[in-house]
Amino acid sequence: MTNQYKHVYVKDTATVSGPYESKGPLKNYFDRSYDDLYNGEDTWEKAEVKLMQDSIDILLEKANRSIHDVDLMVAGDLLNQITSSCYAAKKYALPFLGIYSACATSIEGIIIASTFIEGKQAKNVIASTASHNMCSEKQFRNPTEYGAPKPMTATFTATGGASILLTDEKTNIRVESTTIGKVTDMDQKDPLHMGAVMAPAAADTIYQHLSNLKRNPSYYDLILTGDLGTYGKEILLDYMKKEYNMDLSDNYNDCGTLLYDLENQKEVLAGGSGPVCSALVNYGYVMDMLRKKEVKRVLLVATGALFSPTFAFQKQPILSTAHAVGLEVVE
Amino acid sequence: MEKKKYQRIVDSHKPVEHRGQNAFIAFVTGGIVGVIGQLLIELYTRFLDVSTKDASVFMIITLIFIASLFTAMGFFDKWVNFCRCGLIIPITGFAHSMTSAALEYRKEGFVTGVGSNIFKLAGTVILYGVVSAWFFGLLRLLIMGG
Repeated sequence: MTNQYKHVYVKDTATVSGPYESKGPLKNYFDRSYDDLYNGEDTWEKAEVKLMQDSIDILLEKANRSIHDVDLMVAGDLLNQITSSCYAAKKYALPFLGIYSACATSIEGIIIASTFIEGKQAKNVIASTASHNMCSEKQFRNPTEYGAPKPMTATFTATGGASILLTDEKTNIRVESTTIGKVTDMDQKDPLHMGAVMAPAAADTIYQHLSNLKRNPSYYDLILTGDLGTYGKEILLDYMKKEYNMDLSDNYNDCGTLLYDLENQKEVLAGGSGPVCSALVNYGYVMDMLRKKEVKRVLLVATGALFSPTFAFQKQPILSTAHAVGLEVVE
Repeated sequence: MEKKKYQRIVDSHKPVEHRGQNAFIAFVTGGIVGVIGQLLIELYTRFLDVSTKDASVFMIITLIFIASLFTAMGFFDKWVNFCRCGLIIPITGFAHSMTSAALEYRKEGFVTGVGSNIFKLAGTVILYGVVSAWFFGLLRLLIMGG
């Protein structure tokens, strides 16, 4: 489903990163970076809550808004029962919607927030997400101190918090269109090759978006997927060409390959992942390019793998989804 | 697109893992662990005046202690990641799996956290170790008479 919007603007964004991200090439685009994975808390989970709260606090300060100006908070993360978002939301006592699309959560948040604003049911909405490498390892994989070797196709869950404030008041960047993706199953079962799981969902959403709006890929200055990683990116380009006869090679990139220095940060393997991976790149780096008008139209496609260790151990295929949002510089 | 056709696209973009290199590193580092173990046995029999059998037990305890301590100090996971089966197959891997699980769940309490999760990874080794020991013991009894 693709919708177009007329009255939804990006007021501001805020990003908080962990130690691995602040060693990456985008370090200067983050509003705050922690050198320590605990960032002053005593558990990984509390650290994730803090990352989200920090991003909201910084966002309000940057946007020069008080929390009382905000009508609604939409947030999600990777942890079971999206607890980090709930604990983060407690601090603000705002009407709160908890959402989950795995690593596509940030864009789902923007879509929900934009719809409320376009429908004039809210004026200012915050959409947040956070993830923490250690929390995700603990929940989805092995204990964090366990040095299990991983294949080169594995990705590295980013640590950080990211928030965006959407408003009905005119600014320089607007939400132009959104596409809600469907749940895709390509019978992929390897949780250490998420790029292969999510590439078809990303391709489908990009194709739906472009064909619904009768646009070519070249309409956008930049098309960015969320966290496909090095190999997922190659698969997407190949699949797009074979399935939809579309060539994205001119203006396409993947947030997972942008967040880290893949040459020197070998521990990230195929690149970044997690809901905050695309959010850190989009709210930091891409927003900066839009503000400077280096790019004028971007399509952000966040990709999410929908699974749990239980379903994966029961030999069920890993599902995926992708949601897209088109942002435009207001001339 | 058909799932099989998609699988072919995925396979064509799959990176080649350095299996030969990994196996060589595991062979050498695993061998080093073996040499250290033998040196410890020699050391214990010479200086503690114990039998070779007792010295073997002391050696195992020493390796478990070192692996657990290094895991707790936070760098053993990087060693395991590099040496792979060179450190996973010896007793060091078993100790590492238990210590890492215990560390991970210490914030959830001693019973609901450490107690119920310490065997999260090692439990498999214990269960199937016991089952296969019983099975091979039975085979030995049937073939060799005990």
